[in-house]
Amino acid sequence: MQNALTPTPHPLDAVPPPPAQPLGGGLLDISAPVARRRTWFASESAKFWLMMTPALLGFIIFNVGPMLTSLYLSFTKYDVVSAPKWIGVNNYLYLLRHDPAFWPSVKVTTIYASCSVPLSLAIALLIAMLLNQRMFARNLFRTIFFLPALLPAAASGVVWVWIFDPTRGLLNHILASVGIAGPAWMQSTTWALPALIIMSAWGFGRAMVIFLAGLQEVPRQLYEAAELDGAGAWNRFYHVTIPVISPVLFFNLVIGIIDALKAFDLAFVTSTAAGAGAGGPARATLLYTLNLYQKSFNYFHMGLGAAMAWLLFLAILLLTAINFGLEKRWVHTS
Amino acid sequence: MTDSKFANPATTSRTSNKRRWLIWLCLLLGSFVMLLPLAWMILTSLKTFPETLADPPAWIPAHFQWHNYLQAIRGFQFSRYFANSLLVTIGCIAGTLVTASLSAYALVAYKVRGKNIVFGLLLATLMLPAQVTVIPQFRMYVGLHWINTFRPLIVPSWFGCDVFSIFLLRQFFLQIPRDYIEAARIDGASELRILTTVFIPLAKPALLTIAVFTFIGTWNDLWNPLLYLYDEKLYTLPLGLMQFIGIAGTAQGTPWQLVMAIATIMMIPVVIVFFLAQKRFIEGISAAGIKG
Repeated sequence: MQNALTPTPHPLDAVPPPPAQPLGGGLLDISAPVARRRTWFASESAKFWLMMTPALLGFIIFNVGPMLTSLYLSFTKYDVVSAPKWIGVNNYLYLLRHDPAFWPSVKVTTIYASCSVPLSLAIALLIAMLLNQRMFARNLFRTIFFLPALLPAAASGVVWVWIFDPTRGLLNHILASVGIAGPAWMQSTTWALPALIIMSAWGFGRAMVIFLAGLQEVPRQLYEAAELDGAGAWNRFYHVTIPVISPVLFFNLVIGIIDALKAFDLAFVTSTAAGAGAGGPARATLLYTLNLYQKSFNYFHMGLGAAMAWLLFLAILLLTAINFGLEKRWVHTS
Repeated sequence: MTDSKFANPATTSRTSNKRRWLIWLCLLLGSFVMLLPLAWMILTSLKTFPETLADPPAWIPAHFQWHNYLQAIRGFQFSRYFANSLLVTIGCIAGTLVTASLSAYALVAYKVRGKNIVFGLLLATLMLPAQVTVIPQFRMYVGLHWINTFRPLIVPSWFGCDVFSIFLLRQFFLQIPRDYIEAARIDGASELRILTTVFIPLAKPALLTIAVFTFIGTWNDLWNPLLYLYDEKLYTLPLGLMQFIGIAGTAQGTPWQLVMAIATIMMIPVVIVFFLAQKRFIEGISAAGIKG
């Protein structure tokens, strides 16, 4: 019961113990000023802030601090070795007007995002709807469709490069067996990006699991009512399923777009492993983040890199804001 | 095709059964397509080098070359990369669990002004792309002489940088009745004691979910090791694999059977962890989608 009287001992508690405390020391043994301090340290808010300290330090040291610093660095010429030198908006002007890689990387990312997001979401929704019923081996199916989303991109990337290999790859052999001469895929400037989009679609599992959770919320009665009204399969899908799962669809869309704009691993691994160089061939798979990575960490043009990062951040915020602005038009909240 | 699930049980007839089978066959076909790359990976890993070059390729190797795995492990500094990956992963899991527990408990157990603002600010960092913070972080690590150490990979997880875990655990802690806290306090338990003896045992499923997410995230991570590890001895498996392709690819064509063997070994821990904690995993992701 001693604990009920003495303030809570806490490892983060910075207050030194009262000197020469006698055995069995309780409140009575503590001199008045120390006691007052200890009561503050025993208060709810003190405990709250102490326990939040690691997370708050991390918030400042690893997030807010770097975020503001990178905004500053984006207006400087900086190469890690020497001190940053203020050059105003020149980094931004250079990127928008002169940089040979900036607009190509924006274009690649735009194509990538606008193909891979709808493709992945469509597959994910289709499979989720097929899986949304009792059937033999349902959990096994769900596992199989979900698993690829979890595999390390470095490993699955090299597997894809091997499958898409122009001469020895499985895909072109299959195409050849039905009389199609497959392209050079990751070694072709035309086909590298489509190949990347196909590979990325393999990882639709995460969106599928979220769709499945959403579909389980759809009340059966709604379908029955729709059926009684003579609605066909398409009408039931369009007028019942879509509205009910629209919040989940919205979530997947927002996250999907953000993830596509930030995509890096798969493109980096596959273009490198295919021998085309990161982002190659000839910038065909140079996603925005690959361009940013090369500028910052291959050439150490870190001011430019920071400017690119902020443009990316603004693009993400803008697209997310647009998404939320359009939300009211099509997302039904219950 | 998606019709059968809408079917009224009273009118379930032969046609709807037929549809059911059609759907099942579609899913079977789909699973086959999903697994094909993995099957091809494993089959290739068991071929001889000439077999990987054969045109047309044989599906099944003449003799399973199990020693490819031994060769891959030996030729590639596999045990070192594996140990590095494991060390970083364990460090991150421990950090994330400790910090997420502390933060989530603080966010649930106390009534403090500004608590929701703090939580909101933490959540807002989920919006922040890694690219925005990476350059100053790199600069900071250069200053601290942390480049070429595991610290940039592990330390942030001890400082709550995995906000999603805090969020997930907070949601779970909220379901634990507040009376438990009050009762334990009356019994004289300290706050840390309440956290470790009441909350953590009750929240085991959520903690397991977080551990699994962190495991996969760290094990698969390419971006951070790529930025901060330059010494080959410190490489984690993803970097090691890239390095292996770079070196082995130059001589007489890439030995794809060995690359596939390494890729297979890299995937095995992920698959095992996934199967052990599959339910948690799917619940965790669904929760993110529904509540988020």
